[in-house]
Amino acid sequence: MQKTYYDPADLKKFGKITEWSEELGNKFFDYYAKVFEEGKLSAREKSLIALAVAHTEQCPYCIDAYTQDGLQRGITKEEMMEALHVGAAIKGGATLVHGVQMMNKVNKLEM
Amino acid sequence: MIKSLHKRNSELANSKRQLEILSNGIFQNGNLPKFKDKIAETGQFPLKAKKLEILQINVGYMCNQVCEHCHVDAGPDRKEIMTRETMQQCLEVIKNTGAHTLDLTGGAPEMNPDFRWFVEEASKVGVKDFIVRSNLTIIRANKKYYDLPEFFKKHNVHVISSMPHWTKGKTDKQRGNGVFDKSIKALQELNAIGYGMPDSSLRLDLVYNPSGAFLPGNQASMEKDFKKALMDDFGIHFHNLFTITNLPISRFLDYLIASENYEDYMYALVEAYNPQTVKSVMCTNTLSISWDGYLYDCDFNQMLNLPVNSKVKHISDYNEELLEGRTIMISQHCYGCTAGAGSSCQGSVT
Repeated sequence: MQKTYYDPADLKKFGKITEWSEELGNKFFDYYAKVFEEGKLSAREKSLIALAVAHTEQCPYCIDAYTQDGLQRGITKEEMMEALHVGAAIKGGATLVHGVQMMNKVNKLEM
Repeated sequence: MIKSLHKRNSELANSKRQLEILSNGIFQNGNLPKFKDKIAETGQFPLKAKKLEILQINVGYMCNQVCEHCHVDAGPDRKEIMTRETMQQCLEVIKNTGAHTLDLTGGAPEMNPDFRWFVEEASKVGVKDFIVRSNLTIIRANKKYYDLPEFFKKHNVHVISSMPHWTKGKTDKQRGNGVFDKSIKALQELNAIGYGMPDSSLRLDLVYNPSGAFLPGNQASMEKDFKKALMDDFGIHFHNLFTITNLPISRFLDYLIASENYEDYMYALVEAYNPQTVKSVMCTNTLSISWDGYLYDCDFNQMLNLPVNSKVKHISDYNEELLEGRTIMISQHCYGCTAGAGSSCQGSVT
């Protein structure tokens, strides 16, 4: 049994998911490629969004891939960290905004 | 300032050792295909030289900078300098060549004491595109170089300069402290006399090399980002940006090994291999001449001491017809020129 659940080498094998479901796999990768093309948002902006989401999803493959992608695009480490804080703020905000639900419940139940 | 590999007596100062590294390990155990086998998959081996278009002359390895990625291992401690006699031999070749581009490189070519004489003489020949690869900081390095922009203008030189990023941090990390500020000042001076301006015939192009173990991004996108940032922050104009992949030789190889990035970088290069680039790689239309007059397929092969595979070995025996059709000397460093959109001294090749 492997010692860890994640192996960096598995990232290179991502394309192999098509082997067990070719049509769906290909449709996913076509969609994926299209999403990251230049559009109303630049490919650079999309790369930063992907990096932030990679962290909020805590996907080590995605963090590896989009850090590399950012460097290739000339994105600075300061820009990368700023994008991460957006992800962190939304994650934190998403936790705290549920506090209103907790407050509602407390207010309803307490005398 | 760091010292060159030669000055440090590093084993990587020896080109044979570099070639051994590039042929052993992952390329010997079959994990990665050798470049020869890779291009053979599409029937492109052996790679042959076509008609000569670019004559690239390296006038010496001396430089005022010691960049971490330098494939020349250039620096102030390198004393290899082209003599006026060899320059004279080059001039005879320039007069008779069918090449449309003359490309002077180094080191910092301006540090060769006969540089100005050579430029004056070569410009009289009237090649279509006369390039000098200037590192920018040399213009601000010493009073004797302050007038270089005017000198370039007088001889209608096409200036191509390295600029690894539009931010000080990334630039100085790769090229040394203070390089960014001096480069910006030099670019502003070049702009002031017309270089790089939108409708100007005085060509000013920039070269981008990644500042680490990763490949360059899309050339057009990066040019857009560079133009916006340099204009917004410093009011600087330039014409084109050339993205160049760092080849795994010399100081960049040293960095890759020391940072334990060598294998991953080679995997990345092989993974990004694009067979469409092979027909346009620069060694097929370029000839590189070393400071001592020897001939190579490219500046990288010059640094690896892989001379042309031809009876003609030296500028003194130059024969363009004999050199055409020669088999290009290759090794695994060549993956650097065939990754993604391809890479050459003129940027992407596709």
